[in-house]
Amino acid sequence: MNGKQEDRLADCCSLAMIGSGGAGVMTAGQVLLDAAVDAGFFGLMTRSTGPQIRGGEAAAILRLGVAPVACQDDRIDLLIALDWGKAERFADELVLDADSLVIADPGKGDPPQWIIDSGATRVQVELAELARQHQGARINTIAAGLAGGLAGLDHERMNITLRRLFEFKGSQLIDGALAGLAAGIAAAAELPAPRRLAPPIPQPRWLLTGNEAVGMGALRGGIRFCAAYPITPSTEIQEWLAAHLPRVDGCLVQAEDELSSINMCIGASFGGVPAMTATSGPGLSLMVESLGLAVATELPLVVVDVMRGGPSTGIPTKSEQADLNIAVNGVHGDAPHLVLAPNSVGDCVTTTQWAVFLAEALQCPAVVLSDQSLGQARAAVVPPPQRAWFAERRTAPAGVRSYQRFEESRDGISPMTIPGTPGGEYTATGLTHMPSAQPSAMMADHHRQLDKRRRKLELFDFGDDWADIEGDGEIGLLTWGSTTLAAREAVARLRTQGLAVRLVSLRLLSPLHPTRLEQALAGVRRLLVVEQSHGTQFLHHLRAHFDLPAHTRSLAEAGPLALRPGRIAAALRILGMEHAA
Amino acid sequence: MKSEPQLQIRALAHKDYKSDYKPVWCAGCGDFGVLNALTKALAAMALPPEQVALIAGIGCSSRLPAYTRVYGFHGVHGRALPVATGLAVSRPDLTVIATGGDGDGFSIGGNHFIHACRRNVKLTYLVMDNAVYGMTKGQASPTTAADWTGSKLAPQGTHQPPFQPLEMALAAGAPFIARAFSNAPNELARIVTEAIEFPGFAFVQILSPCITFRPEQMLWKKDVHERFSPTADRRAAYLALMDDDGFGTGIVYRAPRPCYRPDTTAAATLGEIAARFEVSW
Repeated sequence: MNGKQEDRLADCCSLAMIGSGGAGVMTAGQVLLDAAVDAGFFGLMTRSTGPQIRGGEAAAILRLGVAPVACQDDRIDLLIALDWGKAERFADELVLDADSLVIADPGKGDPPQWIIDSGATRVQVELAELARQHQGARINTIAAGLAGGLAGLDHERMNITLRRLFEFKGSQLIDGALAGLAAGIAAAAELPAPRRLAPPIPQPRWLLTGNEAVGMGALRGGIRFCAAYPITPSTEIQEWLAAHLPRVDGCLVQAEDELSSINMCIGASFGGVPAMTATSGPGLSLMVESLGLAVATELPLVVVDVMRGGPSTGIPTKSEQADLNIAVNGVHGDAPHLVLAPNSVGDCVTTTQWAVFLAEALQCPAVVLSDQSLGQARAAVVPPPQRAWFAERRTAPAGVRSYQRFEESRDGISPMTIPGTPGGEYTATGLTHMPSAQPSAMMADHHRQLDKRRRKLELFDFGDDWADIEGDGEIGLLTWGSTTLAAREAVARLRTQGLAVRLVSLRLLSPLHPTRLEQALAGVRRLLVVEQSHGTQFLHHLRAHFDLPAHTRSLAEAGPLALRPGRIAAALRILGMEHAA
Repeated sequence: MKSEPQLQIRALAHKDYKSDYKPVWCAGCGDFGVLNALTKALAAMALPPEQVALIAGIGCSSRLPAYTRVYGFHGVHGRALPVATGLAVSRPDLTVIATGGDGDGFSIGGNHFIHACRRNVKLTYLVMDNAVYGMTKGQASPTTAADWTGSKLAPQGTHQPPFQPLEMALAAGAPFIARAFSNAPNELARIVTEAIEFPGFAFVQILSPCITFRPEQMLWKKDVHERFSPTADRRAAYLALMDDDGFGTGIVYRAPRPCYRPDTTAAATLGEIAARFEVSW
């Protein structure tokens, strides 16, 4: 690093690698991310792909930093195009400007117009020719070398990471990949670096995807059974649990459909085994009838919905926060249940673990709303804290005289017998029932059970984890889920500019607790409600349960592109300039 | 006549497996016979009530679990087999029996039926088949004959051939397939006992007349005849079913094969699993 570049050292940098599906951009991205993280940096990689398995468009978008980076930046410092096939589809997603650097192979033709119009510096590197010159090298590892070199990553460390990632591929492929990496790093030395990273400050970190984090949280919470049907973008949760549940004496069953997977989970839960399924919007739609069954039979159950663009098949590979309505209100009848949302990759561990604990303690289903931008993001995060939440169900012992499964209790929770318990036999039913579980169509029985099931959620002490409340000020920002990440960065940016904003991110979306929300927003006179849904689902949900400040504005954008910090900061600045109502 | 199962004096008689609830079934419903045969079988096997779970969906026959004193589950329409599968896989110590009707099992739950046959989890599936939807007052079911015009929903008949449960089960890979009749209590109890004792997925189609919406089924007792003897030869079973008139009873096919077994692997602590995410530098 020479002195001239020294003054350009940055706390973070944003990179993107694009190419046709199958060109290897995701592999290149992971090499780069893991190498940076191995070197002591934090980092995040999100995936943007079309619906095709092979031959569509693909982008690996990375942000590397000295401190934790939780969301993508507004703009890209460095774009490397392995080819220009369908690159026009990224015009809205990858924002370039005059400070950006774009690298492409001249042999792949002219860049699309949006690249030219951006004013970015464009340089040509003959990637295909370099691949020819170095035996076994492929252009994706050359691109990883280029990006790593430009970001200032250490060559030898990158070699170590690459060897580890490619270990399963055999020595010949590793040698080729190392040659490609070296060629890329050498080529980078000839180029102007847009942003070199400042030295890392090594500290404990975990490197994982949001979907893996959900799996880890499930195990920590005590999940020992999963039944699931593959669906993008949740499948990696299922795959991770398939590999890891047997390690803790649990198991996963691949079901024939989502109707089956949720009912298999209900069967396991009836048997006393904490159970979870993972799905996405279309699967959740199929499951809602049985969610109501779990409510009525008072069985613990966790359903993780990794949201994607909807309705119908929508955009399976991209993110949206538009399943809030179905998660909260989808079940027919009055069916109180839990809806929770993680608000970072690391929080996928914590919130899933909490969901298991709550579902078991409250004997009711919990829906966890993750999304594609969290689930398929791979990130280095501060290790999630160890929490004391482990599935613990209130059970009845053997031989209780005249056992009443659904007896009324002060807190609404009744001791449950688990099959195998002598004297506790009962038939759980989705029919309205008496405390004994005997079916009934009588008004008094119906009201009693409805009251009981609502009461247990209303009286439970959810503690301080229901929301993350950060900062102070009379301007508030209320949000949930993955949108929290960009919102948090927007708030941090404005703080350095002298504008104080209080951020409230709801982890517990249902039941909402108006009193606590009121306390959290005390003193807030102007409020921005931020969400990624076209129909302002979050705003409507809040309004249904809570009197928002008179001066409330909504920033609601449909997916599939993540809301960026700059967009939220701009909306907050405008709110700051408005006179309070 | 087949011999009566050996009923010995045990701590629990079959009545001890019945609850005090008065069934919603019409007087004369075939399902009473199934309840009797099932509780007799449980008593004959001396299964402790707390070790037995009866799982059902929706329909007249799906009310059966609540009329027993074992653990029961009465879920949503068509999903008895998934619930039973989840319970049996996660609690292999229990005796799991799914019960229901032809609409629940072959129409709304038809996909689960196919895959339960294929998956071969150790559980028993008793389907009380009366070729009608009784609970919704008399519509055609998958096993209703094409020319039955007794419903307001399909007043000119169903225009489709009836579903063939035994053939479907055989094609889908069920290792135990039988048919019984609710009014032949001894044979029914024997077949149910064999099904419960079978080491795998055991499917029994039980002809169980609906005297309210299909009073003509009162004549089934004349049509029913003992016909099948167990074979482990799939081809022989197919041939036997090709000549079946729908009223032959007995065990059609009995060929144990390895049960569904969840993956197993070396144990690990949660700390060891989490360590895979830790970055060393």
